[in-house]
Amino acid sequence: MSTDPKFEFLCRMGDNALVLGHRVSEWCGTAPVLEEDIALANMALDLIGQTQLWLGMAGEVEGAGRDADKLAFHRDVWDFRNVLLVEQPNGDFGQTMMRQFLFDAWHLAQLTALIDSSDKEIAAIAEKSAKEVTYHLERSSDTVIGLGDGTEESHRRMQAALDLLWPYVGEMFLGDDVDAAMKDAGIAPDPAILRAGYDQLVGDTLAAATLTKPEDDFAHRGGKSGARHSEHLGHMLTQMQWLQRAYPDATW
Amino acid sequence: MVKPSPHSPHSRPAPAPVPGVVRDTAPRGAALAENPTLETVWAWLSAIPDPEIPAISLTDLGIIRDVAWDGDTLVVTITPTYSGCPATSIINLDIEMALRDHGIENLDLKRQLSPPWTTDWMSDTGRAKLESYGIAPPRPAGGPQHCPHCKSTAVERISQFGSTPCKAQWRCQDCREPFDYFKCI
Repeated sequence: MSTDPKFEFLCRMGDNALVLGHRVSEWCGTAPVLEEDIALANMALDLIGQTQLWLGMAGEVEGAGRDADKLAFHRDVWDFRNVLLVEQPNGDFGQTMMRQFLFDAWHLAQLTALIDSSDKEIAAIAEKSAKEVTYHLERSSDTVIGLGDGTEESHRRMQAALDLLWPYVGEMFLGDDVDAAMKDAGIAPDPAILRAGYDQLVGDTLAAATLTKPEDDFAHRGGKSGARHSEHLGHMLTQMQWLQRAYPDATW
Repeated sequence: MVKPSPHSPHSRPAPAPVPGVVRDTAPRGAALAENPTLETVWAWLSAIPDPEIPAISLTDLGIIRDVAWDGDTLVVTITPTYSGCPATSIINLDIEMALRDHGIENLDLKRQLSPPWTTDWMSDTGRAKLESYGIAPPRPAGGPQHCPHCKSTAVERISQFGSTPCKAQWRCQDCREPFDYFKCI
């Protein structure tokens, strides 16, 4: 795999959208009510659309003849660069929406910062995506508040989801060599600078949802570097990549 | 979303000819002596319906950002509505087929992401057509002005999302009809 930091960075953006998009699409046909089913499918569609833009550009930057489809379907788990949060299983509907909220809040901050990127193509993709993600965050934060401050049962489930997923939040703000190279080139922000705004927004939302943020900020890591994905991603890829694994290069 | 069937890989609801076939068998406009004016090209484009909301045209929707001649190549710049909208590739196909039918031989379809598409670019005609089709047009206030059927202002949101990426589901509290609202972005 290429070690060009810009390629790595674009894979991170694309893989976050791809893996979460696929996870959310797993709800298609099985969500609690029809409206939520449609909403989840629509959000998955937005994320897959964004994936095509990011991974399409990654393929061009790499210059090795791989397009978005090749990158999505012909890489194995160790080549994926998504954060651990997005590959976590759906759990119940509340857990899915908590994962969505924790990601959306970071995603929108990241995309908003990327609109000022020195790379005009990255800025254009970010500007387009930010509009869609603004809408996602509006919905996921409303749902987290509605369920957190809902019935005793929904509150219990949302608190359990938060406790389960919080250790995956920190990775989004941990920088490494790729991030440093992107920052030096004016392409992307230092991940750490997004943390204060995130904590503010998440804190306000969780307070409105009557949920308690875990005190321990321990963070699992290894997703965005690809060094150590959780066991869940490989299982997900066997489903997502099934057709291309069984019939390589099959097309419509 | 269009789902190709095993029997007819390119079949779709609208009776559009299949690309490839149109080139070989359908009567084509004679080769053009000179480049048609941009006005003419815009008029052709305004006759192409949106594949998912055929009541409005592509120019009503405001997704054609530019039309220009680069020598003898016609360059049409298109901006996507939503990044994952499956209609985008059908739209490109429809534009290509329509322009080739009008005799355009050298065509370049360009994708432009920035500035991103906004419902502000939808024409007033488009808004009126949407409403008479039963879809409440987008408004900066974030919700429909009234029910597109009975015009009651007593409306409520059912879901932030709807049958296509560009729509949300609302309901009229008077006539009780559910309806689509074209999201404002």
